[in-house]
This record gives sequence, C-alpha cells and structure tokens, in this order.
Amino acid sequence: MTPAPWFGRKAKAARKTARQSVDALPDGLWTKCPQCGEILFNKELEKNLRVCNKCAHHYKLGARERINITVDDGTFEEINSNILPADPLGFPDYDKQLAKFRERSGEREAIVTGIGEIGGITAMIGVCDFNFWGGSMSGAFGEKVVRAIETAIQKKLPVVMFIASGGIRVNEGLPGLMQMAKTSAACAKLHEAKLPYIVVLTDPSMAGVLASFGSLGDFIISEPGLLTGLTADRVAQQAQVIHVPDNFRRAEFALEHGMIDRIVTRRELKSTLIKLLQFCCEGEDKDAA
Amino acid sequence: MPPSSWNILDFEKPIAELDEQIAEIKRLTAERGEDRSEDIAILEADRDRLIEEVFSNLTAWDKTLLARHPKRPYTFDYVRTIFDDYTELFGDRLFADDHAMVGGIATLDGRQVMFVGQQKGRDLKDRQYRNFGSARPEGYRKALRLMKLAAKFKRPIISFVDTPAADVSVGAEERGISEAIARNMMEMSTLGAPVIVVVIGEGGSGGAIGIAVGDRILMMENAIYSVIPPEGCAAIIWRDPTKGKEAAEALKLTADEALNLGIIDEVIREPLGGAHRNVELAARNMKAEIVKNLDELEKLTIPKLLDKRYKKFRSMGAFEEAE
Repeated sequence: MTPAPWFGRKAKAARKTARQSVDALPDGLWTKCPQCGEILFNKELEKNLRVCNKCAHHYKLGARERINITVDDGTFEEINSNILPADPLGFPDYDKQLAKFRERSGEREAIVTGIGEIGGITAMIGVCDFNFWGGSMSGAFGEKVVRAIETAIQKKLPVVMFIASGGIRVNEGLPGLMQMAKTSAACAKLHEAKLPYIVVLTDPSMAGVLASFGSLGDFIISEPGLLTGLTADRVAQQAQVIHVPDNFRRAEFALEHGMIDRIVTRRELKSTLIKLLQFCCEGEDKDAA
Repeated sequence: MPPSSWNILDFEKPIAELDEQIAEIKRLTAERGEDRSEDIAILEADRDRLIEEVFSNLTAWDKTLLARHPKRPYTFDYVRTIFDDYTELFGDRLFADDHAMVGGIATLDGRQVMFVGQQKGRDLKDRQYRNFGSARPEGYRKALRLMKLAAKFKRPIISFVDTPAADVSVGAEERGISEAIARNMMEMSTLGAPVIVVVIGEGGSGGAIGIAVGDRILMMENAIYSVIPPEGCAAIIWRDPTKGKEAAEALKLTADEALNLGIIDEVIREPLGGAHRNVELAARNMKAEIVKNLDELEKLTIPKLLDKRYKKFRSMGAFEEAE
C-alpha cells in the first residue's frame, strides 16, 4: 500500500472523505477534534473537562458548564438574571438575532453573574457565554458586570471574571461601546477598595471586552491556545495587516509578550484559582490601627 | 500633488463648481479693473443657498465621508487657533514616542491646560508618519502620562479624538494595545482634574474611547463616533463591506444621534459647508464651547467632579429590568 499523500489533490480528497465519514457518525456519541481530527467519545470528552486527550485542544464551554467545573457544588447563586438586553438603536433584526441566540445557548444574556464558593472562598463570579451572540458585551452585559463589581465592593468579595467574547455587540452601537468605559470605571472602584480581581481568559478573549475589564485584573490567567487580541481576523484583513507570526493573538503570544500571568490548563484551573484567592484573601490585615 | 478633485466629495461637486466660477469672475474683473461685485454677491448667495440645501439633507454616510474629508481640519489645525501657546511634550517613558498621539502644555483663554489628541497626516508622507491617526500602545501610555501630570498639578485636560481605530499591527498587540486602552479608561475615570473631550473628526471605537473618558464629551457637527467603522460593521453583520451606507445609518454614528442617545453632552456647530470651509470659525466655535464647559466644571470640587463622572458613564447603555 502506498502511503497516503500529504498534500496535493489526492490528499485533499482523502481528507474530505474522512470528514464526511465523521459527519455521518450518529449524533451525540462522538465528536471530532477540530484541531487534530481525533475522533473522541463524548463521555470521555466530558470526563476530560472537554479537552481533547490527544492534542489538548480546549473546547469552548458554556457559562453553566464553566460554573459547574469551577464553583463548589451547590454554592452558586445567580444574581441579576433579570437584566435583559434592550435594543438601543432599533438595529435591523436585533430581536430576531436575540431569539436565535437565546435558543442556541439557553441563556438570556451573554454573561452570567453570581456569588459562589471556589475552594470554600466566597467570590463574585462572572462568566461569559460565547454561544450567546459571541459573548458580546451589550448594555445589559455591562450593567451586569458593573452591578457584580459594585455588590462585590459592598460585600467585600473577591471578583473572578471568565472572559469568552468577541467584543462589543456592534448592533448596540455607541451605547455598546460605552460599556468599555463603564466597566473600566467600575474596575477602578474595585481596585480602590483593594479587593482581589482575577481575570480568566478563555476562548476567545477579544476586542472591547479584552480592552476593558478583561485587561484590568490583578491577575490574568489564560487557558492554552485561545484567541486573544484587539481585533478579530476579519477586521484585521480589512485594515490590511500583512505579515503575522504563527502564534499571533494566541494565549502563547500574550504570555511571550508579558500580557498575562500564566497559561493554565483546564484541569489545573480551579486549583490555580484557589491558590490565587488564598494569596489575596488570607493575608494578615495590619492596616487597622 | 493629487488633482484637486480628489479633495472634493460627490455631494460637494456642485458647490465646488460655483466656487470656481466665483473665483474665476473675481480674477477676471480684478485683471480688467471692473466692478462686478453685485453679480458676485448674487452668485455667492446662490452658492450659500446650495450649501444649505445640500448640507441640511446629509445622510449618516455623507457625514462619515465628511468626518474623513481629506481637507478636514486635524488636531493641530485647531490647536493653532484655540490655544495662545502650546509646548509639545513627547514619549511614554517606556518604549517610544507615538506620532499618532500628540500632547503638551497649552494656554487656553489665560488658563494653563494639558492637551492630548490624535493627529492625522495631510499628505502621503505625513500620513505614514502619523500612522493614519491610529495610535499605538505607546501613544495611549503617553497620553495617560501627560494626563496624570495634569491631575498632579491641578490643570484641566483637553482631549481631541480623531482616529479611524487604534493600531492593530503585530507590534501593537505585542506591546499590549488592549491593556493600554483599558488602563487609560480606568485611570481617566478617577483623574483628579476636569477632563473635556472633543470628537473632532473620526471617533473610531476603542481607539477613540481610550482617550475619551471625561466630564464633558463634545462633538463637532460633522464628526462621527462609532463602535466600528460602517464598512467593518457591514462586513461583520452582512458579510458585505460595500454596505457601508446602510451600516452608517443603522449605527447612528452622527453627532446629533450621539446627543439623542445621551452619550455626548453637546454638538459644536460647524461653519456652513463643514469645518474645512472655514477652519478659523470652526475653531472659534469650539473654543467658546470648551471655555464655557471648563468654567462650569471648575466650580465643582474634585470629589464631586469624580462622582459625577462615574455616574455619567455608569448610566450609559440600554437594558431592561424584568420582574
């Protein structure tokens, strides 16, 4: 038997056949890794926290999945779930899009906020859901972030934010853009109150969300391999960015250039969070007179 | 030099034709020593009526083109008229001096102020030198350095926004453009000095808001302020970058819309036909508004000022609160 070709028309055809045969597999039992092509048994994938056991590709997680694997069992209490998106510009098809993404994600907005315990330490937690409109920041999203931070200040809680967002919801225009300033101003208050703020970058962490509360943590840790940067590729093409390094706008690029504290695998994420929270929350308070 | 027609927008063409006619008649009559001032006055009145007609019906896309007009006054064109004195300061003390972001100490109506703003270039060489008005991380960090100096020495801050977007090059990402913008917004929200922002041309998304957190946000009549350029919006939403016109409309990116949305505080009126037709007058209008707003802000104590600034941005954006 001749070895399979690596490139050329035959190789392309072979890859296509392989892809089709995977697509033909019964739903819900198997998943093909988008990075290495390995066929993964879904139950195994779940057990492995949705990380490919061959190439360590980290699948995107919905907000609830993320909360389940991060927050101590039964301790999460959601807040402000009644803050819902409004369409400030009367943008074409806003309602239609909203309905579509609600159905797709089961969420009502692109971020879930609430109070829960991580390793027994009570924290304010915010988790973006990329399945809901690309995790985009809307007026409701910004309001939920700011309310979470303000409540954390009131209750003297550390804040942990999981980023998974393509940026501002452009369908909300200028009022959407202003959420960058609004959330950043809230971060100033959080830092003034000397409360810990941990940002966890997950795939993808982009644009207006990265360039506001997503970059203002005391600690910024990141899952491996993810996309992070100011612009998405399609926008960058328009701006005619020509030469790019291989790992451009990946977590590894951000680490190399000093933008994040650490890359942490999903398996080690919770224990890392606990270490950081313990460092911040259990120091002796000698400020008091 | 490119042909002068490059500097004229389509809807300006009939106006430009009348302008040319008037100039021609003036030149000829001056040569011949004739007095045709009455005819000229009639033509000029016609032209002004035409300008009024054209400019009272501008679409959001027309305004986008005006905001990017090759003859539109840029930051330094206003600086020359508005300030009695301007001493430029350079560098972020970390990496470099960014020519797309300028700043320095200035005298405004007898006051010492700190000025920062984005600067675009006029000809090709100058445009490249100014990176087309797209500031890099060092630009935002330079602006922040200067603004913090101002707060330290209790001087008000004037910030001019005129950028298509922040720089998105590999170098900008390497040096943390997102962090630079985020930090600027956070720090500006607590700067202990009055901050007046003027969007003079293009208010391009994160690139703009990185120097646009302040106590008063003013906007020139034909400037735009948007979360994304209309072409980019069309590319993302409709997968068709040629639908910029529709996107400009939908984005509500004009000064009047921004005022309606409660994002800016005032629209500064431009001379008939746009700021480029009379830069002096545009600058005088702007100066009057800046001084008026500064007078009001200087009556407030710093804690009061900061409280109002926080609440101003705290209240921006739309959401519903269900039962």
